[in-house]
Amino acid sequence: MAAEALEATTDTAGAPAPLKTPLHARHVALGARMVPFAGYDMPVQYPSGILTEHNWTREKAGLFDVSHMGQAFLVGPDHETTAKALEALIPADIVNLAPGKQRYSQLLNDEGGILDDLMVTRSADSDEDGALYLVVNAACKDADYPHIEARLPSNVKLIRAEHRGLIALQGPGAEAALAALAPEAAEMGFMTSRTMKIAGIKANVSRSGYTGEDGYEISAAATKIGEIWDTLLLDGNVKPIGLGARDSLRLEAGLCLYGHDIDTTTSPIEAGLNWSLQKRRREEGGFPGAARIQRELAEGTSRVRVGLLPEGRAPAREGTEIATPEGEVIGTVTSGGFGPTLNGPCAMGYVAKAHSAPGTKLNLIVRGKPLPAVVAPMPFVPHHYKR
Amino acid sequence: MAETRYSKDHEYIRVEGDVGTVGISDYAQSQLGDVVFVELPAVGKALSKGGEAAVVESVKAASEVYAPVSGEVVEVNAELEGAPGTVNEDPAGKGWFLKIKIKDAAELDALMNEAEYQNYVKTL
Repeated sequence: MAAEALEATTDTAGAPAPLKTPLHARHVALGARMVPFAGYDMPVQYPSGILTEHNWTREKAGLFDVSHMGQAFLVGPDHETTAKALEALIPADIVNLAPGKQRYSQLLNDEGGILDDLMVTRSADSDEDGALYLVVNAACKDADYPHIEARLPSNVKLIRAEHRGLIALQGPGAEAALAALAPEAAEMGFMTSRTMKIAGIKANVSRSGYTGEDGYEISAAATKIGEIWDTLLLDGNVKPIGLGARDSLRLEAGLCLYGHDIDTTTSPIEAGLNWSLQKRRREEGGFPGAARIQRELAEGTSRVRVGLLPEGRAPAREGTEIATPEGEVIGTVTSGGFGPTLNGPCAMGYVAKAHSAPGTKLNLIVRGKPLPAVVAPMPFVPHHYKR
Repeated sequence: MAETRYSKDHEYIRVEGDVGTVGISDYAQSQLGDVVFVELPAVGKALSKGGEAAVVESVKAASEVYAPVSGEVVEVNAELEGAPGTVNEDPAGKGWFLKIKIKDAAELDALMNEAEYQNYVKTL
């Protein structure tokens, strides 16, 4: 067999020693298979395996360690000042973000390409007015922080929250599991945030995630996050879930993975992330690459991100060429694999606009052979967010 | 009596007369994780030792399965199409991939026997 598939646990020679999250020892004790990911030694799966973990998250509740992600605070004298400083870097409306609300956005370069995608949260607490909480990708954080800092006015500071851990509790059983420890969690709506005590530990909780399911992300001190993790795992409906299932869950949910489905060569409009640009920002501009993005909003783009469902059982992986039935190559798969809930393969990628309508028949060139597929709406598995 | 021999790439071949049954070892399936798709060659296809014989896909990745010896494919395990997880459940039994008519029995000598393979796996 091809060796690379079996060598996921082997460290690249000469690479620096991987970083460890505050939960690293727990993953090892749980029997996880650890792999290098974005500079960290992370659990790709636990002994039950990716399929079981994926299905458990869809049916019960999965607990994910996402402490490798970058947590930071942007702190200024008042909300408007801090929000305007961030709005100079991203195309979302942050000035009008209400206390306790969260928004998804993208850090853009001057050409409107995506440097990273991130979550922005305004604290519900009035004595924290002027602070925004950011969560950025692990693989991008070392580039994001200097990028942000270099563009801030002198009265707004970026404070890296390196001594915090972050875990995600996802699935239909998430609400009951967290509300048993902190009843106020049940009252939260999707994309809201509040502070609460979980097992006696102060935590910042948002109702959001990366699986398409209802759930929470829980941030707490790195020294304390393990106690929350352990307490949640005492619930029989909660099991630890690795990065492998995290990827198959987000793929079925149609959610972009930075560095794959979006990067500096793609704009938010090509990626179909128009919903994350609020009306005021579309009209006023004032973010990097605004001229391009406003033009794309008015005129459309020459290529767009679409969902693809192969007709057979064979998955089409990242990098697979997408062709018309006549053989003309019109795009590339950016994420693809097997959807356990879908019980079949699914993929997403960019295609020329003329071939992007749902129902369009295309071929995916897998191992040199055309594999029939159809353009399909995303998500492939319906979202179950708490509205 | 059937003898099973192994390649360094974790394919096994169980030899009965001049036909060998090829699959992947228990170690290989455990490292791959949940198998979700298997692509098998056409019956009659000529395989050369070390060449691609089949493709096995887990949730995470696709991997090639190489022919441990040269020969002609005489049968494939069509059951895997509908039940690829059989490769995880019973790799040495119902999870076999294909049967090959062995062209040159001398090629088997370069493969490991059971004890040698188990020692090899311990070094990985």
